[in-house]
Amino acid sequence: MLTYLLRRLALALATTAAVVIITFALVHLAPGEPFLAGAEGRFVPPETVARLRERFGLDRPLAVQFVRYAGNLASGDFGESFARHRPVAEVLAEALPNTLLLGGAALVLSLLLGIGLGMAQAARAGTWADAALGTVALACYSVPSFWLGLMLLLVFGEWLHWLPVTGMADVALRAPVGALHHALDVGRHLVLPALTLALVNGAAVARFHRAAMIEALDADFVRAARSRGLGEGRVLVRHALRSALAPAITLAGLSIPALLTGSVLVESVFGWPGLGRVAYEAIFARDYNVITAVAVVAGVLVALGNLLADLGVAAADPRVRRA
Amino acid sequence: MRALRGGWLRFRSQRVAVAAGLLIALLALAAAFAPLVAPADPLAQPDPVALQNQPPSAEHLLGTDRFSRDVLSRLLYGARVSLGVGAAAAALAVTIGALVGLAAGLGSPATDQILMRSVDVALALPRVFLILLVLALWENAPAGVVVLLIAVTGWFQTSRVVRALVLRLRESEFVQAARALGTGRPGLVRRHLLPHLAPAIIVSATLDVGNIILLESGLSYLGLGIKPPAPSWGNMIQDGKDQLFTAPWVAAAPGLALLITVVAFNLFGDGLQAALGPRRRR
Repeated sequence: MLTYLLRRLALALATTAAVVIITFALVHLAPGEPFLAGAEGRFVPPETVARLRERFGLDRPLAVQFVRYAGNLASGDFGESFARHRPVAEVLAEALPNTLLLGGAALVLSLLLGIGLGMAQAARAGTWADAALGTVALACYSVPSFWLGLMLLLVFGEWLHWLPVTGMADVALRAPVGALHHALDVGRHLVLPALTLALVNGAAVARFHRAAMIEALDADFVRAARSRGLGEGRVLVRHALRSALAPAITLAGLSIPALLTGSVLVESVFGWPGLGRVAYEAIFARDYNVITAVAVVAGVLVALGNLLADLGVAAADPRVRRA
Repeated sequence: MRALRGGWLRFRSQRVAVAAGLLIALLALAAAFAPLVAPADPLAQPDPVALQNQPPSAEHLLGTDRFSRDVLSRLLYGARVSLGVGAAAAALAVTIGALVGLAAGLGSPATDQILMRSVDVALALPRVFLILLVLALWENAPAGVVVLLIAVTGWFQTSRVVRALVLRLRESEFVQAARALGTGRPGLVRRHLLPHLAPAIIVSATLDVGNIILLESGLSYLGLGIKPPAPSWGNMIQDGKDQLFTAPWVAAAPGLALLITVVAFNLFGDGLQAALGPRRRR
């Protein structure tokens, strides 16, 4: 168990390091000048550019810059945002909770949807109901998330007026309505983006979970449980689901990169002020420190997700621990 | 009885896969002959004021966009991008994956370790973020670069599958026999291994195409893939986003096209896997 853990931890660290190195190299080797981004850049005097480059240490050799950056990073200092004139840590601290809220809600929802759907299908494997549910899952699995978001927006926001179309809250309302109403307001804004991500990701979960459940339902211990006269519902949940849970836990971990990726597109569709939007804006503004910081955070989140999934699987399946 | 039903189900799943394959062939033909099939020039703006955002009609089957361009024509030309990028990137990705898998499976244990540990790390990289970064920093990259980036970041899973197969095949008797007869490594790969690897590689490529088409559409939607005015389904959705509430057909049509195409590739891939794969998916 300890070796298993250490190996997984080493992998997580290696991945994070690789993300930092690749992002740093790409950002600094790319053409373009951060202080000339946008058309107005043509009118910045060269002396000012030189001064700014010196101030942010961009005139140093790349290796020196990297060592300094990595050193700062190790002590938790992400540097300063060129474009926003604020510490990167502050920018991240604002955006990260929003992305975690959206991603977390989507993760929970997609697991509920995916496991429920997969189970419902497996219990009726080979019937028309299975095929119909499978078609729905396949469609959700094959749809571009940003387009699904736009269509949900069109139907539930514009045509039915059930839910707000953009942003995270009605800013103007914040002060007068108090904390509870604000929370409810955020909740209403959360529904469509979270549902968009959850439908796409839940479909992937359902496809895998259906296969795992069918395999479990075929196992000897399930046949034994049935022959003891246990009800089908009990067999399904207490016996088959338990043994099919390990792949579901792995999927939960693997969902994190998919949800983070999806959030870049879905946050842009719904105007959700999260990490994906920060990354997108920073990339276009050539805001080096923000880009690298977002990559680090994303890398750590993904590594952490994989690690937690590995631990969850080890907890659920004793065979893994001995491996 | 059970066996009969299983056989019928297999047949039905094959029938669906065959239908999906026909649909893909039809799409490919429509894309290839877009200049003949399309009712209008995809870039032509006949009347940007009077003819903008026209709803679907007999003249414009899918309506017009905000520049008065015919949506159906743009859709047909856009199919070239989606299918072209999807096929090219998938082919390149599985080629790289197969080569790395072969190198790991046939190479020394040290080579194998280095390659596979690197793949472990690479699989956990934030792929889309890195592609976005490169496309945004090296502005105006041509479509070839998009294909290359998708392929270079998309071969990891294939290399694992191929390596696992090679490890199994390496111990089989016919490979041992070929070796004993003095077949060199190139001959071994070409004559004895590839025929057994081909099904897995083909299935992997087919299932990749759908994902790659989605990925490219996302990049184009963000303005980083295929650049306007050239139509791609992703940038058509971007075009339609701003008048989503007044002219929903502009964004709806390319999205539906994407959905149908990707569903077709996934069904076709699943069918191929069922027919060719050693592990039949249920």
